[in-house]
Amino acid sequence: MNPVVLNSQQISRAISRIAHEIVEKNSGCDNLALVGIRTRGVPFAKRLQAKIKSIENVDLQLGILDITLYRDDIQTGRSHPEIKSTEIPFPVEETKIVLCDDVLFTGRTIRAAIDELMDFGRPAGVQLATLIDRGHRELPIRPDYVGKNIPTSKSQSIKVRLNEEDGEDQVVLVDAPQ
Amino acid sequence: MSKDDILAVLNAADSFKVYTQRDIKKVPTLRGRTVINMFFEPSTRTRTSFEIAGKRMSADVINIAGSSSSVVKGETLVDTVKNLEAMNCDILIIRHGEAGAAELAARHLKNPVINAGDGYHEHPTQALLDLMTIREHKKDLEGLKVSIVGDIAHSRVARSNIYAMRTLGIDVSVVGPPTMIPVDIEKMGVKVFHNLEKGIKDADVIMMLRIQMERQNKTFFPTLREYSNLFGLNRQKLKKAKKDVLILHPGPVNRGIEISPDVIDGDHSVILNQVTNGVAIRMALMYLLLGLSDETVN
Repeated sequence: MNPVVLNSQQISRAISRIAHEIVEKNSGCDNLALVGIRTRGVPFAKRLQAKIKSIENVDLQLGILDITLYRDDIQTGRSHPEIKSTEIPFPVEETKIVLCDDVLFTGRTIRAAIDELMDFGRPAGVQLATLIDRGHRELPIRPDYVGKNIPTSKSQSIKVRLNEEDGEDQVVLVDAPQ
Repeated sequence: MSKDDILAVLNAADSFKVYTQRDIKKVPTLRGRTVINMFFEPSTRTRTSFEIAGKRMSADVINIAGSSSSVVKGETLVDTVKNLEAMNCDILIIRHGEAGAAELAARHLKNPVINAGDGYHEHPTQALLDLMTIREHKKDLEGLKVSIVGDIAHSRVARSNIYAMRTLGIDVSVVGPPTMIPVDIEKMGVKVFHNLEKGIKDADVIMMLRIQMERQNKTFFPTLREYSNLFGLNRQKLKKAKKDVLILHPGPVNRGIEISPDVIDGDHSVILNQVTNGVAIRMALMYLLLGLSDETVN
C-alpha cells in the first residue's frame, strides 16, 4: 500500500491556509487573478477561489491554462497528450496572476505556463501556489505558496487525487516499480 | 488512416482552432523546425493553409513551386526530395500531378511527408477538414447521409472523402453523369446516382465538386450549360435534401456552373468554415507527426 502523505482534511486545511496567505501577501484582492494549470491545478485554483470568497467576499477572476503546446519535450517523439482548452477570460495586462498547480517538481511545467501567459499580455507579476513541492528542480523556479513539502527520490512519484477529478481527496507517495 | 487516427486528428484540430482565433495566433511547438511546401500544381487554399499552419506553430516554412524548381531541368522527384532532406527539412508537404508521388517521397525519406494531393488519387487533408466541418454542425458522424456530386472520376477530394467517411460509418452516395463516375465504384461502399434530385434526397451533407476544365482533354458532357442544368445545385433542387443540410465545396467554386451563387453564399453553405478548419487540421497534423518517422499521411 502506498503511504498517504496528505489526507482529505489536511488537503482542506492546506488550501485554507494558502488562501489566507495569498490575500495577506497581496494585501487584499485588487488586480489579482488565479490561473489553474491543467489538469489538477484547475480544481485546486477553484477551491482557492471559493475559499478566498468566503474570507474576503470577493470573486477572484479564474483562468485555465493548458500548457501542452508550450512544453519543452514535445519533440522527443513520445505519445502526444490531448490538448484541452485554455481560457483566460480577463486581461492579463497589469494583473497579478497566481499560477496554481498540484505538484511542483522540475519546474518545467511552470516555465511553460509563464511563457504561455506572456503570450496573452504582460502581467504585473506572477506568483506560484502549489499543493505539493517534491523537490528536484531543474530550472530556477520557486513557489510562493506551498501546501506541503515532501522530499522524494527521483524515481518515486506523487499522486494527487482531488475529488473533482478522481472522486476522492488524497495525496499518495508511490515508489518506483521494482 | 484508421478510425482512431482520424478521430485523433479531428480532436486535436478542435483545440488548435481555438488557438487560431486568438490575437496571438502562434504557439512555439515547432520552433526551429523546417517545413517545406513543394507544390507542382497551382493552389490557393491548400498551399496557403499549410504555410499559415506551419508559421502558427513557429516553424520556418519554405515554399517551392515545381515550375520554378530544377525539376524543370529534368531532376527526378526522388533526387529532389533527397536534396531537401540533406538540408534537414523536418516535414515535407507535397502536391504533385502523379498518383503515388507522396508515397514515393516518403519511402526515400526519414522524416514525415504529408500528401497535399497526388494526381487523381488522394487529398487526405481535405477529407479531414471536411469531416471536421461536418462534425461541427452534426454531432454524430456515424450514419449521416452524404452525397458527393460532380466529376468523381477525376476527384482526389472525392476519393479521400469516400475512404475516410466509409471508415467512420458514414453513408456515401456519389452523383454525376455516367461519364464521370468510375466503373465499379460501388466496391468502395458507395451508392451511385445519375440523377441529382434522387442522389441528394434526404442528404444531411452535400459535397459539390468543381468541374475541372484544366484536367480534361476530352469533354465528358456536351456543354457546360447542360451539365449545370442537370447537375448544378440551386435553391430549388436543394429542397430535396434535409432541411438542415450542409453544403460543402473544396474550392475553387465555379459560380453558376456546379453551384448557384445564392447557394454558395446561403445559410446552408459552410464553404468558408472549411477553409478556416483547414488551417487547424494542418496544425494538428504537424503536431501529431512530430518526432515520428517513416510516416506518409495518405
